[in-house]
Amino acid sequence: MVPTLFGITLLSFFIIHLAPGKPTDVLTEMNPKITPEARERLEKLYGLDKPIIEQYWIWLKRITKLDFGESFSTDRRPVMEKIWDTKQPLLERRLFITFLINILSMFVIFVIAIPIGVSSATRQYSFYDKITTTFVFIGFATPSFWLALLLMILFGVYLDWLPISGLKSMNYDSLSLLGKIWDRGSHLILPVFVSAFVGLAGLSRFMRSSMLEVIRQDFVTVARSKGLHEKKVIYKHAFKNALLPIITLLGLSVPGLIGGSVIIESIFGIPGMGQLFYMSVMTRDYPLVMCILTIGAILTLMGNLMADIGYMFADPRIRSK
Amino acid sequence: MEIDTIEILSTRFMKKVVYLLLIILVMFGCESRTSKTIQADLKDDTYRPAYGDTLIAGSIGEPSVLIPMLAGDSASHDVAGLIFNGLVKYDTDLSVIGDLAESWDISPDGLVITFHLRKSVKWTDGVEFTADDVMFGYKTIINEKTPTAYQGDYLQVKKAEVIDKYTFRVTYEKPFAPALSSWGNLVVLPKHLLEGKEITKIDFGRNPVGMGPYKLNKWTAGQELILDSNRGYFEARPYIDHYIYRVIPDSATMFLELQAGGIDMMGLTPIQYTKQTDNSFFKNNFQKFRYPVFSYTYLGFNLKHPWFQDKRVRQAIAHAIDKSEIIDVVLFGLGSPATGPYVPNTWPYNPNVKKYEYNPEKSKHLLKEAGWVDTNGDGIIEKDGKNFDFTILTNMGNNLRKNTATIIQWRLKQVGIKVEIRMLEWSTFINEFIDKRRFQAVMLGWSIGIDPDQYDIWHSSKTKEKEFNFISFNNPEVDELLEKGRRTFNIEQRKKAYYRIQEILAYELPYIFLYVPDATPIVHVRFRGIKPSPIGISYNLYQWYVPKKLQRHNIMEP
Repeated sequence: MVPTLFGITLLSFFIIHLAPGKPTDVLTEMNPKITPEARERLEKLYGLDKPIIEQYWIWLKRITKLDFGESFSTDRRPVMEKIWDTKQPLLERRLFITFLINILSMFVIFVIAIPIGVSSATRQYSFYDKITTTFVFIGFATPSFWLALLLMILFGVYLDWLPISGLKSMNYDSLSLLGKIWDRGSHLILPVFVSAFVGLAGLSRFMRSSMLEVIRQDFVTVARSKGLHEKKVIYKHAFKNALLPIITLLGLSVPGLIGGSVIIESIFGIPGMGQLFYMSVMTRDYPLVMCILTIGAILTLMGNLMADIGYMFADPRIRSK
Repeated sequence: MEIDTIEILSTRFMKKVVYLLLIILVMFGCESRTSKTIQADLKDDTYRPAYGDTLIAGSIGEPSVLIPMLAGDSASHDVAGLIFNGLVKYDTDLSVIGDLAESWDISPDGLVITFHLRKSVKWTDGVEFTADDVMFGYKTIINEKTPTAYQGDYLQVKKAEVIDKYTFRVTYEKPFAPALSSWGNLVVLPKHLLEGKEITKIDFGRNPVGMGPYKLNKWTAGQELILDSNRGYFEARPYIDHYIYRVIPDSATMFLELQAGGIDMMGLTPIQYTKQTDNSFFKNNFQKFRYPVFSYTYLGFNLKHPWFQDKRVRQAIAHAIDKSEIIDVVLFGLGSPATGPYVPNTWPYNPNVKKYEYNPEKSKHLLKEAGWVDTNGDGIIEKDGKNFDFTILTNMGNNLRKNTATIIQWRLKQVGIKVEIRMLEWSTFINEFIDKRRFQAVMLGWSIGIDPDQYDIWHSSKTKEKEFNFISFNNPEVDELLEKGRRTFNIEQRKKAYYRIQEILAYELPYIFLYVPDATPIVHVRFRGIKPSPIGISYNLYQWYVPKKLQRHNIMEP
């Protein structure tokens, strides 16, 4: 795992430096007041005048001490503080916000998609199957920003039931505890719903085809021929086996937990990781980009490991090998 | 996985479902709003100025640092501008007036400026503001270690000295007209808090102490900055107690927040200004403003390219473009045609320069004179067997520019010039194309300072890589006039120089100046005391007020 991680950071470091532009551009580009000397001085201050391999070495040395350095944006804050600001309450740290939204929406997706997948597989080509298929594909085809705007207009402007954007209301501090919980919760409803609705199709179709595959297998036929009740066949024997590939999917979705969604976070004005990552790439804030990529790489590797372990527990065949 | 959806989609049932959905969506789109109208007569005199309430401004970007000299983005400058004042500022008629400086003397040779500072101005921590703070700010900005982009103007200073507590004097090598206005809020920092510390290493940029109308109370990263009024502000206590700067990265969301009451003030896009706010809900609840922005959009030619070296070709292209059409279509009429690099109705602006009316016949004639004729009948003119086709480069993400380029493409086709449009990501555009001069024509904009000095854009010495005369414009008379214009403080003499520069630019046409867009902010109707001016509306924010009866947010009062 360590060599893989090393390889990932090396590649990302070089690729992000290959992109044209520099972190100093925000100060210098198209600014008639800047002199060439000032530009050189700025680049030196950021350590950009050194050869790239040396920059990577410096970065690597720091990383072994778990120091991700300071952001190159004009605020010069430590990168970790931007991602995980210990001075803020937990609910307002960027990484946590994105984590929360993605876990909630993943939960919603699983709760809805697995039953849809299973039930439409058992009723293949029925009217119900067609309806659910259409429904999830509408979700798949819907641009999330468009759906988000429509829901904001409906629930935020017309009905005035839900807040439009942000994490909490202006008068948050004066609310009671229950009011505070509702205030935070109501701000999450639309973002979670939109990201879940759009992600529904993938998982439910996956579940459906995985179920169909299992149903056609011999052991299901055997179970049926033994005279077992159809419900028992499906939910006890087939369902368990059909769930196996889902574990892989779970493992793969771990990096998404920190990457978040740039679109959902931008449109709902949610200060999460997706927004931060996008901004850092656009301003070529190398330390911040590298920090997020490294954490992402670690999580991906861990997700893979966890999926493998999960497999081992779920499937005796793999264990024996 | 089977693909059986296509079959389903074609069934009649599906069609019904789709229609039903469409109808529901359309209903949401058209139904009239339940307006939360505030019935208040704007002309009623009983609504006197009163203290209180909160102004919530929406912004796409979040400030990054609240020290003016370190900031590079407009969001940072917006907020830092409320926290820090400068020695001088621009008045509504664009002349320089005193701010922290009560008055100043300029020596007859224009080399020495002596500022007389206001007495008993206090930083918000209670310490008095003195000439030492100006000196400290000046030393910081010229310090090697300060990552600032605004050093240039201050390096021209030969000597800076503190004469006494309230007198500050700077001496220049050569007279330098933009010098006076450079003593704005970039160079005033509290010495007693920052002395001996490295400015980037401490928390001051996120926790500033200033002396302006507002002071920072709380900054929640990614969400909002809450500012409280500075009750001891030296001009007067601001009426509005709190100013909240809310970060909403998406402009459509921001517009919905405006309707739902989540924000009170934002900048509108042209379509929002002309169409989406043109209904009774907005007329009853909001006030809209409109004034030219200090910027212009242009089509610039690479003057090193053989085709564009011929002035007649540039003039022909100018005649083939209809500026008013661009403004009507792209900006919904919210802008004015540009004739030179200055904003109409400001003192350096010369209204009597050569204008190029839309006239395709004249354009074709000029092209013919320059040797460009369509000989093979394919609709594209040629010279020496080569078709006249060129590429306009512009940056991605700016729809106004994209649409403008498209209209120009269509108009130029009518005179036989084939244009291609290429959109590039900003950094790539600048580093790989502008800096390396790999372009035929570009569409870009300049934000212009209020001071008319544009030495860096037009002077022939500024054509090196990374410098701003990237079109390689070279005109000895303009060079001389630019030099002249920045070496005198006499407005009449400067005006003469800049008037002549505009005449030359209009004749030579290194750029085709297209338009000056309008800023179109909208503010909730309960805010009074707003006086629109050429420099915008927020210059007198401390004088805005909400009559007691109409105040909305008083929850944060201690």
